[in-house]
Amino acid sequence: MKEILLQIDGRQVKATEGMTLLEAAQSADIFIPTLCHHEKLEPYGGCRLCIVEVEVNGWTKLVVSCVYPVEENIIVRTRSEKVDKIRKMILELLLAHAPDSLQLQAFAKEYGADRDRFEKEASFCIHCGLCVRYCAEVKKKHAVGFVNSGARREISFIPEIAAKECNDCKECFELCPTSYLQAVFVLTEALAFP
Amino acid sequence: MPRINSAAELEERRSGILSKRDPDKTCISICSGMGCHGLGNDRVISAFEEEINKQNLKTKVDIRVTGCHGFCEKGPIVVIYPEEICYMEVTPEDVPEIISQTVLEKKVIDRLIYTDPNTGEKAAHQSEIPFYKNQTQYLISYNPKIDPTSIDDYLANGGYSGLSKALFEMSPEQVLEEVKKANLRGRGGGGFPAGRKWETARNAPGKDKYVIVNGHEGEPGAYMDRAIFTGNPHLVLEGLIIGAYAIGSHQGFIYTRHDTPQLKKNIDIALAKATEYGLLGENILGSGFNFNVEVHFDVGIFVSGESSALMSSIEGKNPEPRPKYIRTSVRGVWDMPTNLNNVETWANVSQIINKGAEWYTSIGTEKSKGTKLISLSGNIVNTGVVEVPFGTTLRELVYDIGGGVPNGKKLKAIHFGGPMGGSIPEEFLDTPLDFDELAKLGAPIGAGGLLVLDEDTNMVEKTRFFLDFLVNESCGKCVPCREGIRQMAKILTNISEGNGKEGDIELLEEIAEVAGTASLCALGKTASDPLLSSLRYFRDEYEARIK
Repeated sequence: MKEILLQIDGRQVKATEGMTLLEAAQSADIFIPTLCHHEKLEPYGGCRLCIVEVEVNGWTKLVVSCVYPVEENIIVRTRSEKVDKIRKMILELLLAHAPDSLQLQAFAKEYGADRDRFEKEASFCIHCGLCVRYCAEVKKKHAVGFVNSGARREISFIPEIAAKECNDCKECFELCPTSYLQAVFVLTEALAFP
Repeated sequence: MPRINSAAELEERRSGILSKRDPDKTCISICSGMGCHGLGNDRVISAFEEEINKQNLKTKVDIRVTGCHGFCEKGPIVVIYPEEICYMEVTPEDVPEIISQTVLEKKVIDRLIYTDPNTGEKAAHQSEIPFYKNQTQYLISYNPKIDPTSIDDYLANGGYSGLSKALFEMSPEQVLEEVKKANLRGRGGGGFPAGRKWETARNAPGKDKYVIVNGHEGEPGAYMDRAIFTGNPHLVLEGLIIGAYAIGSHQGFIYTRHDTPQLKKNIDIALAKATEYGLLGENILGSGFNFNVEVHFDVGIFVSGESSALMSSIEGKNPEPRPKYIRTSVRGVWDMPTNLNNVETWANVSQIINKGAEWYTSIGTEKSKGTKLISLSGNIVNTGVVEVPFGTTLRELVYDIGGGVPNGKKLKAIHFGGPMGGSIPEEFLDTPLDFDELAKLGAPIGAGGLLVLDEDTNMVEKTRFFLDFLVNESCGKCVPCREGIRQMAKILTNISEGNGKEGDIELLEEIAEVAGTASLCALGKTASDPLLSSLRYFRDEYEARIK
């Protein structure tokens, strides 16, 4: 694998071809906040919280670090006024759905996000897809999936599969950044298998 | 029909078809585009068939059921050839008179021809009606002359000569060069040079390469792709095969709507006929080039027209855009180089090969070449599909072709590009139709849906309407798009209902900026464009509803 040198937050970082910016930063102990990222799963690019500023040949652009591949000699800034502004807004938009999520609150503190900026619409889900993807990619069971689109999108357990698989697994529970997944699951279970 | 095995055999087949046709024989061409279909043209068609049977005219008169003629406002449209007499708003009751008067006695029926609503002037022939007269048609002009289910009609109009020329007189590189020189820009929305995209796909490594016709056309108010594809499917198919030859692809996909049965039927027939004639499949026209096409349907959501979402859909996955920073022309369907263009872009290809880049670049503006199909709708006298060269001013489009604003109202703005486009006020009406000029003003052409708005239009409500549409048409995968649109729609609903608060406009702008930069795909990135353009030109309307 070809070695690639890049700069992240003023530090020279060695990475290998095919790595993402997020992976390169993590390998150098540089922190970038994420919600939908998981090392065992394919990059998803859904929460957009890991957005960073990249300078390529003098051009600055904003890219999502969990899917952007490392390139020779690029300059990465994991914090900037623009980056922080975007992260703040993303957190505020998500806090409308999961105001009590500890992970969201911790990030909110860092980025000065206002928990009450948007009217509450508690849905117990921020659509990070960790449970859905873990079940599909790691467990290969597809017991939980997304249904519907846009603002109506939600996770849903497929009763036929869930009845067989979920009882002995539940590995997705602890992945949930809002810790509400269990509630959803229990609720679905209660409704589907009375 | 036996298959055609060489360029010479194609020309023989063409001459054979033409020799059996008498150009002086009466042909009744009945528009069966979506608009006319909805206005009950099926009853008109049966009435003509019955009347011709009754009067024993079967050997003297042909009936041709065609694709969209463009003048949807006045449908059902009937054109009688060879005189080219154009009748509008034809009902089944008019049919016996048309046969006895016009077909048999060559008399024009006054009440069925076009009357200018302002001057009262009449026009009997298509070429005299302002709606048609002021257009320059190179693509849609074939529609009235072709029964979309007849490959012979397409061949009779010069069809597949571009393909034959490409396969036998040009190398794939030469075809590519010609399209690059023609500066054909993608008609689906972005205006990206098609030749450059083709070149990327051609040069990208991959054991298979794919070409795709994006016939999704999900933009509300855009219906020109449907008009071309339903009315003249071979024109699009020919372009696709030429493109595949240039790129080195042997498998194509047509991705289109599940909810337009007529379109599906015509595409299926076109593919079957082209295969039967040796224009598709193995060893096309005996050239040694192989190419097959599969048809895929959308899953009823706007975002499935986004190129990477469309490709996921073809793979059998959810139509969600991919978060990758690698172009689909390098890694698309099943990670293979994939070139996607929309219906209208492909429809332009055969004429570029046939007539050359020099001819093509003589039409249009410096950076936007050729013609553009535009769907006119909203507060306009002549709703329909029109074709004009780039460089035509918006004023000509709205007034000379569109007939202006109805009911004596004043024009307020024109809106291009549907829910991801923008509105510009009346004062910019002399702007030429041009990808870059209009994008600079904040109203990019998009796919070509032009919505005319009169003085009574509430711009806040219009913006709310578009965002409301997108609330559920986004896939919902990324936060800035899903949540940003949701919140913007909510705020706009409040303002629209008179419950706006101080700071709402600034908040809208802040969300729009984040959604515009941080969203995963073009839908989220441009969802706030109608909002931003209306804030740019009509901010006072928002302010008035808040204070």
